[in-house]
Amino acid sequence: MAVLVVAAHDGKTVRANVANAVTAATQMDTDVHVLVAGSGADEAAKSAAALQGVAKVLHAEDAAYANWLAEDIAPLVVRLAPAYSHVVMAADSVGKNVAPRVAALLDVAQVSEAIQVVSPDTFVRPIYAGNAMATVQSADKIKIVTIRPTNFKAAATGGSAAVEKTDAAAAAGLSTFVGAELSKSERPELTSAKIVVSGGRGLASGENFKMLETLADKLGAGLGASRAAVDAGYVPNDYQVGQTGKVVAPDLYIAIGISGAIQHLAGMKDSKTIVAINKDEEAPIFQVADYGIVGDLFQIVPELTAAVEKK
Amino acid sequence: MKVLVAVKRVIDYNVKIRVKADNTGVETANVKMSMNPFDEIAVEEALRMKEKGLATEVIAFSAGPVQCQETIRTALAMGADRGVLVQTDAELQPLAVAKLLKAVVDKEQPGLVIVGKQAIDDDSNQTGQMLAALLGWSQGTFANKLNIADGSAEVKREVDGGLENIKIKLPAVITTDLRLNEPRYASLPNIMKAKKKPIEVLAPDALGVDIAPRLKTLKVEEPPKRKAGIKVKTVAELFEKLRNEAGVI
Repeated sequence: MAVLVVAAHDGKTVRANVANAVTAATQMDTDVHVLVAGSGADEAAKSAAALQGVAKVLHAEDAAYANWLAEDIAPLVVRLAPAYSHVVMAADSVGKNVAPRVAALLDVAQVSEAIQVVSPDTFVRPIYAGNAMATVQSADKIKIVTIRPTNFKAAATGGSAAVEKTDAAAAAGLSTFVGAELSKSERPELTSAKIVVSGGRGLASGENFKMLETLADKLGAGLGASRAAVDAGYVPNDYQVGQTGKVVAPDLYIAIGISGAIQHLAGMKDSKTIVAINKDEEAPIFQVADYGIVGDLFQIVPELTAAVEKK
Repeated sequence: MKVLVAVKRVIDYNVKIRVKADNTGVETANVKMSMNPFDEIAVEEALRMKEKGLATEVIAFSAGPVQCQETIRTALAMGADRGVLVQTDAELQPLAVAKLLKAVVDKEQPGLVIVGKQAIDDDSNQTGQMLAALLGWSQGTFANKLNIADGSAEVKREVDGGLENIKIKLPAVITTDLRLNEPRYASLPNIMKAKKKPIEVLAPDALGVDIAPRLKTLKVEEPPKRKAGIKVKTVAELFEKLRNEAGVI
């Protein structure tokens, strides 16, 4: 049976992590379909059809789908699900909100944040903030799986799957979208950036984050933060890297003024190269860093920025 | 309106967990256990509703072995009015917990259920959404701010790009994110008082709920260890390593 990937999108294109979800799906079955539900989402459906490995795109239109309210999307997925062996979503804030609602309506379990597909019914997923890896097997007829995008390669574009219309489900009428307060940034998105510059409590103020912005811009990097920095109000919540925030795995992760609590390490320890800048040489971040430099970040960061600028 | 909060007993967030030698799970013997931190936020939010006159009673629910009574006592010491424990030594997965919660909701008829968005042991992030589905209720997940007014709830949610505001009909299930509030500590007098508050103990069978696990854990392993690297003395040295050794800038 085929696999259904449920794609989040902005109306124009599906999210970048849908390409990762498609790759994960192809490891469960070779026949992969993508559901694009939206309001005026023709372009997004086309972008899904262009992903290699996708056999068919199902496109459902309804005003209720414009803002990804779980109460409205879930019944549609539930209606389509019986034709599939798996329903797959990226484990982002949409997938985490919608997938469990679908699973419960189907009376099946969900495998959260799979990092590896061992076989079509067996998956590896991190537990305890990634301090243990569980291999779990699902006996359910339909398997609901959210996948951690950083652990699956993005499917290439250049495909040309057929786009088929499917009827919308009746709107639930339980919830309405009021508005969004999204962080505006020209920088690369955190979870897909090649380089991430991340700051912690050591920055001591939101004002001081400007220094990291300068370094990030010189490197073409995304900007992240520890929970401590978000809780202190230095930066918005969507900067948070860690167990309960975002998981990143860039080529280079520069942790600045971050002590390295296990909850933070859970979100970044799969990075290829890790740099730690901290004045406390005992900070746990140094235990995972490839290159550590002990000292005053207020001196080191401008020096590093200057070095990058000169290159 | 009654508010039901769910509290889970988990290994304390400060404990460095150890995988069992036989790879069947994680060592829990002689390990400090606490209330899941997100559930503390759930309890706090319910208590604030009661203090504002929006809630009449706060009921703390837990499911699991007899020791979960301690977790419920913690919620009672924070200020919850009474507890409900569905006691079982069997493994409980999120769908089973959601079904147990639904059975208790059917009995208690709360106007709002608040749960943590995720438990820090299995990191599933499922139970609240599943409960909302089973009840046919709306869901306000990853709540950063909650306002109750006129039969509905305004929820500010933490999402990938920042924050999002939704308005949902009551009754509803709310799942808490970190910035919703800062949970209070229980005072000594309140800890003493909590000892006298009632905890009702129920059995899954009596609620008519099948709690059989759907996922079989085949093995639990240590993650690959990252080796500590080197310390460099100067920024010039760091830059040179990043450029020529790691090749990342």
